[in-house]
Amino acid sequence: MGILPILLSIQSAVSQGILWGIMTLGVYISYKILDYADLTVEGSFALGGAVTAVLIINGWSPMLSLFVALLLGMVAGMVTGFLNTKFKIPAILSGILSMIALYSINLSIMGKANIALLGKETIFTQAQKWFSMITDKSVLSLIIGSVFVIIIIAILYWFFGTELGSVIRATGNNEYMVRALGVNTDRMKIIGLFLSNGLVALSGGLIAQNQGYADVGMGTGTIVIGLASVIIGEVIFGRRFNFAYKLFSVVAGSVIYRIIIAAVLQMGLKTTNLKLFTAIIVAIALAIPAMKEKYSKPKLDI
Amino acid sequence: MMKLKRMILSLGMILALVLLSACSGGTGSTDSTTKTGGSDKDIFKIGVLQLVTHDALDASYQGFVDGLKEAGLKENVDFVIDYQNAQGEQSNCQTIAAKFVNDKVDLILAIATPAAQAAANETKDIPILVTAVTDPADAKLVNSNEKPGTNVSGTSDLTPVKEQMELIKKIIPNAKKVALLYNSSEVNSAFQVNLAKEAAAELGLETVDATVSQSHEIQQVVESLVGKVDVIYSPTDNMIAAGMSTVALVANQAKIPVIVGEEGMVRNGGLATYGINYYDLGKLTATQAVDIIKNNAKPADMPIQYLSKFDLFINEDTMKAIDIKIPDEILKEAQIVKTVAE
Repeated sequence: MGILPILLSIQSAVSQGILWGIMTLGVYISYKILDYADLTVEGSFALGGAVTAVLIINGWSPMLSLFVALLLGMVAGMVTGFLNTKFKIPAILSGILSMIALYSINLSIMGKANIALLGKETIFTQAQKWFSMITDKSVLSLIIGSVFVIIIIAILYWFFGTELGSVIRATGNNEYMVRALGVNTDRMKIIGLFLSNGLVALSGGLIAQNQGYADVGMGTGTIVIGLASVIIGEVIFGRRFNFAYKLFSVVAGSVIYRIIIAAVLQMGLKTTNLKLFTAIIVAIALAIPAMKEKYSKPKLDI
Repeated sequence: MMKLKRMILSLGMILALVLLSACSGGTGSTDSTTKTGGSDKDIFKIGVLQLVTHDALDASYQGFVDGLKEAGLKENVDFVIDYQNAQGEQSNCQTIAAKFVNDKVDLILAIATPAAQAAANETKDIPILVTAVTDPADAKLVNSNEKPGTNVSGTSDLTPVKEQMELIKKIIPNAKKVALLYNSSEVNSAFQVNLAKEAAAELGLETVDATVSQSHEIQQVVESLVGKVDVIYSPTDNMIAAGMSTVALVANQAKIPVIVGEEGMVRNGGLATYGINYYDLGKLTATQAVDIIKNNAKPADMPIQYLSKFDLFINEDTMKAIDIKIPDEILKEAQIVKTVAE
């Protein structure tokens, strides 16, 4: 088997991974920072795609459509947050409720199950005009994705360093203590989910523009991809340095996840086994921290 | 130092897993042809990208393969197929499409709309055939269904609305007024209803719109039709399909025949339909592939094709319930089904 197809597949996997990385940052906020397994993302990812697609075919600028996707994603996250904190519905369940509600909402936004953007103006076709010397589509997506990722990480790094951001992080670490200090932890959770789902919807919008269509089913599997990427990033790059390093490692995790899938496909894995394979990757990635702890403890005792 | 070791270990484990899976599935038939990375003209490489495992989609893939074989082409001699199923995850569609482009396959068969769009977005050069896509022009895959003008052609699974309207004339020759029962918010239904109206006008049938916006309205709307129309027609509408038992309950009691858009609705109490056979659709797509393989045809000049022969389904329970006599020559070609017990 030739090395060239593998390299090429890795290249397109990297550009896809960066775009999905924005979604992964959203999952990182809910899953790692807030310690909240939020299933809303399956719906808000498709929501972002749906909103972007509808606005673009109605003649909006692609950039503006992404902004609207971001805002509506944030609203979706807020709803989940309200269900969880105000009505005391368990986290998993409130996520599921938002997810199924969003399925219908996305359908009504789009009016049909699938909207094509092939041949329409997207931020990728716009960028093509500015950088006419870059002919490779995946290189272009890589550049645009990286610009988005860097800006988002810069904003998140700043935000989670502010007083409010620090309290949100503390809420995820020890909710009771933070509440004992007189902070309204419900509000912190809602803000966290608000940010998280905004990013997920933004990523959905970018992916829709990149792949040339939005589909009501495009969110399927998002949560698994997100969790897998977060964990892979953490296991491989470890918990070191500052918060920005962690955020970058999350995006890197998303890229690695895509590379693994692409490489495995390229090597000829039967796609019927793909879900099993994904489950194995995630299980291994999840098990590694526990295994590390188990095997390093006796050495400390000596 | 320990930490670093663990890290290397974990990386190694992931790599080992990748390699392991590569070995287990590594006998993929295209591997041998990708050595040079260039295209190998002796053996025609077809990449098949299917959205999800599903009876209809599986049947169209099977029909495609059988169609190629019937045209005298031998698998692994004249053509190889690299079959990939995205398992319902649309992100995989893009990854798989990219793989086909990297592998430099000679033809991509994309099954279902999101798969087709992912493939069309990934390459503008490799010929793509699509199937199980209702309206390739609406999906922006082609400039027009008559003359694609892009690297995409294929077959449409558009319901044979016109034939279904003609079926009304065949089964109930003296019908004059047809109610079109559908959900007003489904774009796909509105599209089919427009086709139905055109066909009805040609056949000299008068049509009445009977729209519902929520499933609990179905019963009332159908009841309001009793005594006003001779027959009810419902396209492949999701809401009506889900509430078909309710429709049948009212209509069969009032002895109004209901002609429907698809087989499932017949099984839930509708009287009859002409439906698409996805296996035949796959075979039809194969004829286009053969044209590309043997005659080097360009998808840009190949119109989107539609099936001309359909499967007729008739529900015998409904037939008895509404005391209708269907001519024997029609019954002979039909597949007779019973109402499924709920």
